[in-house]
Amino acid sequence: MASLQDLILKGNRCPEHKPWPRVFVDAEMWSFAINQLTDGYWSLLGLWAETETVHMALMDEASSAIGVISLECPNRHYPSVGCRHAPAWRLERTIRDLSGLEPMGMNDKRPWLDHGRWEVQAPLGSARKHSPTDTGYEFLPVEGESLHQIPVGPVHAGIIEPGHFRFTANGETIVRLEERLGYTHKGIESLMAGATIDQAAKLAGRCSGDSTVAYALAFARATEAALQIDIPARAHWLRALMAEIERLANHLGDIGAICNDAAFALMHAHCGVLRERVLRAAHACFGHRLMRDRITPGGMAVTLDPMGFDTLTTLLSNIRQRFPALVELYDSTASLQERTVASGHLSLDLARQFAAGGFVGRGSGRASDARRSPGYTPYDRLNFEVPVRHEGDVNARVWIRIREVEQSMALIDQIMAQIPDGPLAVPLPFKAGEGMALIEGFRGDILVWVHLNDKGIVERCHLRDPSCFQWPLLEAAIEGNIVADFPLCNKSFNCSYSGHDL
Amino acid sequence: MRNLLFKNIFRKPLTEPRPDSDDAVLAKLAGHVERTAYRRLGRSLAVRAVDAGSCNGCELEIHALNNAYYDLDRFGIRFVAAPRHADVLLVTGPVTRNMREALERTHTAIPNPKWVVSVGDCALNGGCFAGSYAVVGGVSQVMPVDLHIPGCPPSPAEILKGLLALLEKGAAGK
Repeated sequence: MASLQDLILKGNRCPEHKPWPRVFVDAEMWSFAINQLTDGYWSLLGLWAETETVHMALMDEASSAIGVISLECPNRHYPSVGCRHAPAWRLERTIRDLSGLEPMGMNDKRPWLDHGRWEVQAPLGSARKHSPTDTGYEFLPVEGESLHQIPVGPVHAGIIEPGHFRFTANGETIVRLEERLGYTHKGIESLMAGATIDQAAKLAGRCSGDSTVAYALAFARATEAALQIDIPARAHWLRALMAEIERLANHLGDIGAICNDAAFALMHAHCGVLRERVLRAAHACFGHRLMRDRITPGGMAVTLDPMGFDTLTTLLSNIRQRFPALVELYDSTASLQERTVASGHLSLDLARQFAAGGFVGRGSGRASDARRSPGYTPYDRLNFEVPVRHEGDVNARVWIRIREVEQSMALIDQIMAQIPDGPLAVPLPFKAGEGMALIEGFRGDILVWVHLNDKGIVERCHLRDPSCFQWPLLEAAIEGNIVADFPLCNKSFNCSYSGHDL
Repeated sequence: MRNLLFKNIFRKPLTEPRPDSDDAVLAKLAGHVERTAYRRLGRSLAVRAVDAGSCNGCELEIHALNNAYYDLDRFGIRFVAAPRHADVLLVTGPVTRNMREALERTHTAIPNPKWVVSVGDCALNGGCFAGSYAVVGGVSQVMPVDLHIPGCPPSPAEILKGLLALLEKGAAGK
């Protein structure tokens, strides 16, 4: 077994890529990497393409080393990863739709994000004009007796994002779920190509509204890595503070929403109040409820004044006063437990294969957290636990979120106690380079890769939401559950449509 | 659970008074709504929300309208699952090309008379997504919009003001 470092040493290194190495490899080394993925030694962090190059971000599970390998494909095709390693499947269909590069060996010829509605083909590649042709979409065939199909979406009953779910059920039991996504595709990566860093940072903060802080942080860190600049210490700490407030707000809201999908409205009402308090505190401290556009490449656009400290202290003591009773309520309500325990089971094997991050991975025993590994400031100076459960059901994912609420509150305490004074930002130099960042959003690890030119313009930026690897797992977790439990299981994953579709 | 419910009986309600809605704000928000519309709506508004490609920020704030602070129900406004039950189509997002047909079909399914409210900066003209191959660029490109609520995302209070503008400017104008 060769390590990722060995492969990196063999390849032709791109000197401008920071902080992790990127190397050009040949088809043979590319295939070797696929073997390592299928054997489970390495994990896939991302797969994307530039005009005639395909990039694969990898992590060595043994050493936690990270690297990017790039394969030039002048003939516009490359050996498929997805035909042997399922997590890459939809990423390759995305590459085909956006860049026009063909994965050789991939049997699935169906488009993914391109629904035949655009007036351009391969917008990130040749960008050839063509007239929209919606040829329909063929779902995977299902065979068997007494099966019926239930099509759901893209417009759902509640106030949620659009996507299509095709259920095949035997009576009440789901035997297969197939997702069709792409409805919220806005062409963010195309808009970023050629944009200034400021414009691109705004777009990054609008990939997934619930993770706007995490995305802005990931984009800022990738940009700063590409420019090889250090930002003031206070900015690092303020960023972490916002990231934890965002995590807190999302977990509080979702714990309630999961219970609501099991028809237990009392939890929803109380958690909704706590979430609202967090958002109001965020508004009081940083001037925006979701803290959008507050993190900028180079530092921070806002600071925290003494009144902000008081607001956060009051907020935390209020949540600490009320949250334990809600946890107790969740734990002691048999009718609610009856719904959440053992439903929507995800196995550790699948969580590992798909390198599932966040509560989806940690609820099934995969202990990964980008704040720990690869880690970033200031988390190296903070004490926190990464909660892990092994049951893999809805209940486990709820408990991970409950524990993370507690951890985030402890982190906010520590950050407020230790935050240094000083300037907020540094000006950005004009410099060409490539940078990458891996940031722990509330859902899991967000990957941002950016390629800048020397005029301060983004040549290409790729953003990979944790949902890209979690959506397929939902299809696996729902199998064998009843149709009526789908909202519950779906909410326990709470994947982002917009972050996936971009 | 009993304990929690019991405590709530003695706690003061969290629900806040209705937001200030001075006539200027209402007039600006509801400037395009015809006066006859208000008579039909009375004091009840059934809203069908459709995400036409938003980042989900607007959805978070629309959700917040149902929490105890805003308690949307007390104004007679409620979200409904079926477009057949709706008076108002509440649309977020820049309208992606992939969502356009679904949005139009939802609009068609709402019985007349009906009103369209667009929420968020990108629903106005595409916002920062304008010019992309994948977006149409604003709800008004696809259907007539009666009222627009700006913001990225607008706060729940602002969305509430907008919906009240639909209901109540009419009462004032009668």
